Order: sequence, then C-alpha cells, then structure tokens
Amino acid sequence: MLLRLVWATLSRHRSRTLLAILGVAVSAAMLLDMVMLSSGMRVSFRDLFVATGFQIRIAPKGTLPFDTDATIPDAAAVVARLRAMDGIAVVSPVLGGQLHVERDGRSVSSTALGVDPAVQGDYELEEGREPRAPNEIVGNEDFLTAVGARVGDTLSGAAGFDPQLRAVSGQRLLTVVGRGRFLYLASGQRAVALPIATLQAMRGAAANDRVSLMMLRTAPSANVDSLLTRIEAAVPTVTAISIETAMRQVDERLSYFRQLAFILGAVSLAVGFLLVTTLVTVSVNERLGEIIVMRAIGVARGRIVQQIVLEGIVIMVVGALAGLGLGLVTARYLNSILASFPGLPAAIDFFLFQPRDAWMALGLLTVAGILAGIYPSWRGASLPIAVTLREEAIG
Amino acid sequence: MSDILLSTQDVERSYHMGGELVHAVRGVSLDVARGDYAAIVGPSGCGKSTLLNLIGGIDRPDAGSVTIDGERIDRMADRDATRFRLLHIGFVFQRFYLMPALTALENVELPMAEAKVPSAERQRRARDLLAYVGLAGRRDHRPSQLSGGEQQRVAIARALANEPRILLADEPTGELDAKTGREMIDLLAQVNRDGTTILVVTHDEHLALAARRVVHMRDGVIVDDRRQDAT
Repeated sequence: MLLRLVWATLSRHRSRTLLAILGVAVSAAMLLDMVMLSSGMRVSFRDLFVATGFQIRIAPKGTLPFDTDATIPDAAAVVARLRAMDGIAVVSPVLGGQLHVERDGRSVSSTALGVDPAVQGDYELEEGREPRAPNEIVGNEDFLTAVGARVGDTLSGAAGFDPQLRAVSGQRLLTVVGRGRFLYLASGQRAVALPIATLQAMRGAAANDRVSLMMLRTAPSANVDSLLTRIEAAVPTVTAISIETAMRQVDERLSYFRQLAFILGAVSLAVGFLLVTTLVTVSVNERLGEIIVMRAIGVARGRIVQQIVLEGIVIMVVGALAGLGLGLVTARYLNSILASFPGLPAAIDFFLFQPRDAWMALGLLTVAGILAGIYPSWRGASLPIAVTLREEAIG
Repeated sequence: MSDILLSTQDVERSYHMGGELVHAVRGVSLDVARGDYAAIVGPSGCGKSTLLNLIGGIDRPDAGSVTIDGERIDRMADRDATRFRLLHIGFVFQRFYLMPALTALENVELPMAEAKVPSAERQRRARDLLAYVGLAGRRDHRPSQLSGGEQQRVAIARALANEPRILLADEPTGELDAKTGREMIDLLAQVNRDGTTILVVTHDEHLALAARRVVHMRDGVIVDDRRQDAT
C-alpha cells in the first residue's frame, strides 16, 4: 500500500515529477563524472605503471623519471650491479633523446628512446618486429606519418640538430622495422625506439654509458620496500621509486583535479538535494489536508514520513539511473577532448568508469534523497491535527 | 443502567485565534452509551467541532478527561492515541478528505493496511464496505471521478474499515445538496442500526432529527441534552 501510495502521488503530477527526475539526472551525470574524474586518472596511472610489470623505476638522484635531462652515469656497471642483486629479475635501461629526420627540406623531430629491445616496457608492437640490429628503429604512427615512412623504409636520422646552422650530429641511416604504440607518451607525440647503445653512440660523449631511467621487474617473492633501500645503498647516485611512491607523486600532482572534482561533485549533489527538497516541500504543502487526515484516521507519523521520504528517494534513484547513462556519454565526450592534454600519457583516461563510482554516485544521491524528504515530511506529519484541520477547512 | 462507551468529564479547551484566546469548550461532561446515535448541534463557534476533536483524540483538553470504552485517550502518548484512533474510532469529515491518488477501494483499504490486515482480507472487506454504502460499481474510480455524495460514502466506508467502536462525523452533510444529504442521513442511520455508535456534529436539522439524542451547545457549554426516541 505504501509503494502504491508513493507511485500514485508521483504520477498525479506527471510533468512536475518528470522535470524533477530530469533535473536530478543532470545533477547525477555531473556527480558521476566528477567521481570518475577524482579517481579515474589515479586508477589509469596505476594501470599504466602496473601494465608492463615493472615494479621499480630508478632515476638520477633526487629526480623523477624523465622529469629532468639528468642521467645516471656508469650505466653498464649499475645495470650489472642491479642484475646481481637478490630479488631483481629484470633490468630495463632507457635513455631519452631526440631523433631528427630530414624530410622535404625540413627537420622532423621526435622523441627517441634508447632501450634494450629484449626487456623493454615502453611500447607495444603493432606491426613488424623489435629492433635487433644497431641501425633498426620502431616508430609510432605519428612519427611514420610525419616522415612519410613505412615499415621496411630506411631513413637518415640524427641525434642532434642545430636549427640556426642547420647542422646535424650523430647522423645514421636507420631502418624502420616496426610500428609501435608508446605507452607513456602524450597524444600526437612523435616517438621512436632504438637499441640503447645506438642512441648513446649517436648522442656522443654526453650520453656515453649513461641512461635516463632503469625499470626493474622484481622477483615474485621480493619485498619491494626493502629492495628500494638496498638499491639506494648500493648505488648512491640513484633514487629508487616504487609504484606506491610514484602514485604518491601522481596524487600530489593531481590534487587540483581531485579538488575540482570534489567541489563540482559537491555542488551537483547540493543542486540535486535542493531540487528534491523543494519538490517534496511543495508537494507536502499541497497535501497538508491529506496528510493531516491520514494522521487523524490513525496512520502513524513514521509511516507518513516513510511515504514522503520514499517519494524523494524514487525521484533521486530514477534520476540517478538516467544520469548514469548521461554521465557516461558526457564522460566519453570529455575524455576525447582531454586526451590531448599536454604532458600526460595518451593512455591516461581522465574519466575512467568503474562500477564502484556508479554505486558511490547512486549511494550519495539516495542519501541525499532521504535527507531531502526527512525535513518536509517530518514537518508535515508533526503539524497539530486539530488546528491544521481547522485551517484547512477555513482555507 | 446504560453501557457507557464514551465519557467526557469537565473537559476544557482554549486556543488562540487571531491574537485572542478563545475558550472553545468550558467544562463539558457528556456520556454516550454504546450503540447510541447522538448529534451535537449549535451555532458556529460554539465549540462542538472542538469537542469532537477532543473526543477523537486529535486534540488534547486543557483540563478534564476523555474516556472511550474505559481508556483515557486524553492521557495517551501520541503514538498510542494514533493507534487507538486507527483501531477504535472512525472519522468522517465535512470535506471527505479522500486520498485523490487512490481509487475508492484503495481509500477504504488504507486504514486496514495501516492496521496490517492481510491484503486479501482487506480487499474483501473494502469491497464489502463499498457494497454496503452502495458503491459496488465505483470501487475503481478515483475521488475526482465521484460525486460529492459518493465521496462521502467512500469516506464512511473508510471510517468503518477497522470496525470502530464509535464513528465521529463532523458536518458530514455540510458539502452536500439536500437530496444527497438525505441519502447520507439514511446511510448513517443504517450504520447505527447495524451496531455502530455514532456521534455527529452538525448544523443540519434533518441530520440532527435522525439522531436518537440531540445535545445543544452554546458558548462552549452544553445547554440542552434530550433524547428523541424511547431507548
């Protein structure tokens, strides 16, 4: 009977109920997007770190990977020392640099990563094979398009280029043997990967036996925290960073996004709450006579509160479910716009849908629906029966 | 000696209206026997509706007592008084006050649902009650689809839903035309003949004449109390 009464009351003013549901849907969509935004990038970053199976990154002392141009000296010895340590299964060195390719009289510059192709974790091959010989490279789609090359073509590339003198240094003939998707690079960023020794040689003395970063895969039984301490003790010129440490850095850098998401999410929730409170209050005021008569004929105050609160919840939940769909559509659209956000890997999703987010948005809105109904319903059900009946009769 | 169902002793009730203190009921003592049909009449503002509200437990006296079937309703906590009204008192109002979103049948079911009568049982009883008040064919209609007289019949069926000890009616013919009002008077008389104690408050002399006892009030006190039959 309670549900019947709720349904009958809501369907009595169909247009008003529908408009309220639409309002809540918009508010719910915004809330869902903000919940997705607040956790999506974090989860996305973690997925990215975890995806290639490297649990530890080694960067020059006091820096973060690729945060500066600093490099780790004596790289071969460091790699050998790390490989000899208990608990480390794989060491993958990476050297960052540039590759300049002449095309139609102009220089096309790309990010170049010197890697050990056998253990690299920077890209996934989409076509062709890994660069096995010193003069072989893998490029991404943006690079191949910019230089007009395909897998199998040979290019003349240089590690250095002086635009004023139009002079190149470290020039070599390089054969494209594969096309890959680079995991940590921004959308539209041109990139190539080549054997680390080749890039070190092309860059000359400045990069001799140096690397920008080492990625370590640990043994299954290894204790990562203790490894970090041991690595920094064994190699004083480096900082060892676990995924947890990296995530703390990510959290720090994304705190603005999270604050923005929190504020906008709270505003959305408040708008939904006020919308439903207003609707329920108007509805209660219109029905004072009915409510008081229900009290008079013996319907308990709690039952009336239950009924009115349930009306608020129904509006909130139906609106939230509609908002869920709307939120996913808008998140997808916003994600496509933000995919080219400067300085962030293209693989990062700003709005990553997780069922937990939907449940959280739904839960918050349900709580808001309950709170929205409590005050007006309690107020309506607590009015003095005789006085209200008298006033209703006069009115 | 009569079996007293309802008894008020020295009941007083004042309230503020428009900044003035109104002494609506001043020391009213009234006994109503089980199975009786009493009408309280008097000019507007004489305190008859206030007295009915006090008897029905929807208002509390400033002084005095209200006892129904041995239970002091004026002393009950709100929750207990609500439950008592649900199970033992039937209300009929001048403006019917049906739930507009519910059908006639659902309106009659409402007090039974609150009293936790099983669904099948309450539907059967609601159908029987609607047939009793002559609305068997209108049970799926909403109040807006019913005439005033039909709505008041539904309200009477709703009031009888939990088989109350007493039916309290405040100007039940006040919003009805003369013909429909007479039908309502006949229906209330029938309800009383079938065993329900009735107390009505009315301006309608035809309704008052149909009662077995007429109580006259003026300025918050009973000024006359006489029986119209030989019971």
